[in-house]
Amino acid sequence: MSTTDTAVSGQEYLAVQASPEFQELRSRLRRFVFPMSALFLLWYSAYVVLGAFAHDFMATKVWGDINVGLIIGLGQFVSTFVITAIYVRFANRELDPRAGAFRNKLEGGAV
Amino acid sequence: MNRDTVTILAADGTTVGSPIANIGIFGLFVAITLFIVIRASKKNATATEFFTAGRSFTGPQNGIAISGDYLSAASFLGIAGAIAVYGYDGFLYSIGFLVAWLVALLLVAELLRNAGKFTMADVLSFRLKQRPVRMAAATTTLAVCLFYLLAQMAGAGGLVALLLNVTSDIGQAVVIAVVGLLMIVYVLIGGMKGTTWVQIIKAVLLIGGAAMMTVWVLAKFGANFSEILGAAQTAVSGSSSEAVAGRDVLAPGAQYGASLTSQINFISLALALVLGTAGLPHVLMRFYTVPTAKEARRSVVWAIVLIGAFYLFTLALGYGAAALVGPDAILAAPGGQNSAAPLLAFELGGVVLLGIISAVAFATILAVVAGLTITAATSFAHDIYASVFKSHQVSEGEQVRVSRITVVVLGILSIGLGILAAEQNIAFLVALAFAVAAAANLPTILYSLYWPRFNTRGALWSMYGGLISTIALIIFSPAVSGAKTAMLPNVDFAWFPLANPGIVSIPLAFILGIVGTLSSPDRGDPEINAEFEVRCLTGVGAEKAVAH
Repeated sequence: MSTTDTAVSGQEYLAVQASPEFQELRSRLRRFVFPMSALFLLWYSAYVVLGAFAHDFMATKVWGDINVGLIIGLGQFVSTFVITAIYVRFANRELDPRAGAFRNKLEGGAV
Repeated sequence: MNRDTVTILAADGTTVGSPIANIGIFGLFVAITLFIVIRASKKNATATEFFTAGRSFTGPQNGIAISGDYLSAASFLGIAGAIAVYGYDGFLYSIGFLVAWLVALLLVAELLRNAGKFTMADVLSFRLKQRPVRMAAATTTLAVCLFYLLAQMAGAGGLVALLLNVTSDIGQAVVIAVVGLLMIVYVLIGGMKGTTWVQIIKAVLLIGGAAMMTVWVLAKFGANFSEILGAAQTAVSGSSSEAVAGRDVLAPGAQYGASLTSQINFISLALALVLGTAGLPHVLMRFYTVPTAKEARRSVVWAIVLIGAFYLFTLALGYGAAALVGPDAILAAPGGQNSAAPLLAFELGGVVLLGIISAVAFATILAVVAGLTITAATSFAHDIYASVFKSHQVSEGEQVRVSRITVVVLGILSIGLGILAAEQNIAFLVALAFAVAAAANLPTILYSLYWPRFNTRGALWSMYGGLISTIALIIFSPAVSGAKTAMLPNVDFAWFPLANPGIVSIPLAFILGIVGTLSSPDRGDPEINAEFEVRCLTGVGAEKAVAH
């Protein structure tokens, strides 16, 4: 596609990509999202495997008719909400200011 | 089975609700939304207006619309029904459908918004070869949309039987045709903006309705969730069917626990659910209706909160339906387990609540079908017609014209599918759409965003490999032939033991992406690769909102 709606040349993009500021943004993003994705996928897999093979364990009653399976299931809801909140906080603090600085630099004056 | 059960119901003198009230409330919904659609879409001339609503929606608005798109009839009717009849195993659907949003939030939404314009193929073809990649992406988009449409229309058929008391085949066909025609009108007049407003209104009604019923069910049991569970188990154990009565609905295993095959089937389903969402084209397209990556992020956060809350409600609704309506009445009703939620509404609030809930369910089908259709039509016009057939020698106005024609064709096609679709559990059909999305779309999207070496051959192998393997495995699975519950029960060509193909086809598509890439010397143009990465991460050059 390589549209040219901004007046930034390919050479400039190469220079930006190689700059330490960009590498910093890139590695911060990756160092957050990859481990976090691995974490929730592992936690979800653990739940699924327990659900498939450990019926008796999941059926263990904890309180009234509320059992371990239900608690771990609801735990998936809680962990999803928590990870969402942590990510939003991280992105607002660490990613947005850095990305905004690049936009100002590269699109500056064009608007 | 329809006709027999209805005769039994009629003989008992227990018709469910008043068809006239149901039609009346639904008619009111149509009138109001149509009015809003016409007002909201005074200008739909440009492609950006028609395809992305001028990128003018805010994050919260788009988040509500995403939940409207996502919480299909499968979620409402299918999951509540599965929990009512199978108990805990139905709950797995909700958890997979929710956790999946973390993939979209962390890995896909923002970068995709920064790099694209109208469709998923825009992002993929940025640094890969235009024509073959667009063709492949449009093919997988159309495939996912068709599977999903089939699920929605199957839901419409069952719902019609239950709610409007229309049991003749011709009567059902007429109602499905009306739903299909309404959808065509919405999309043609409203474009993406009108469709988005329909989603927003519908999401508010659906989540509000489910919340109200949840509070009602909880109130009946003294706000004690454990009591609901106990009553549900008692009701299921008292079923006249031995197979149903033997189920422990509070623990996993009632639907998927019988053998090693069904346990692997369960894991396969779980994999498709969690990886499918971020590959669903109609969800991906919604990220282009907001102006920036930050708004895309806010959209997903709103969607996660609303969708999470809704699935918690379905847990109460499903067990509530088992406890208050009972599995026998649910399974005997026209529409089978999909009728659990409407029957619970009737049990709680009589004719009026059933009328409201059925109108919401119809609105759900209508809105989701509209969202799928505009996605498929955009992909056809923008990716196949403009880019592949005409090599970009078409104006955006022409693309809009082509996509309008596509909407009409798809509308008629989905009416046909709806009439043919049998009484499959719609949550299962949707799971198949997720399997295709997870195998055919997600690997290529992730590689394209995060792996600079990824190239055209990798993308084509992964997309076509994922698509073909998923569909082939479904065709040779017990869901299509060989089993009593199959689509073609009288023939047997099922050599693949799992009804859910994801556990094979998803890893295969990921591996094909790697093998394809590494077996080709193509490393792309370093300047374009740099531009792509800088744009993805910073939002430089991303198309902004259209000024009004």
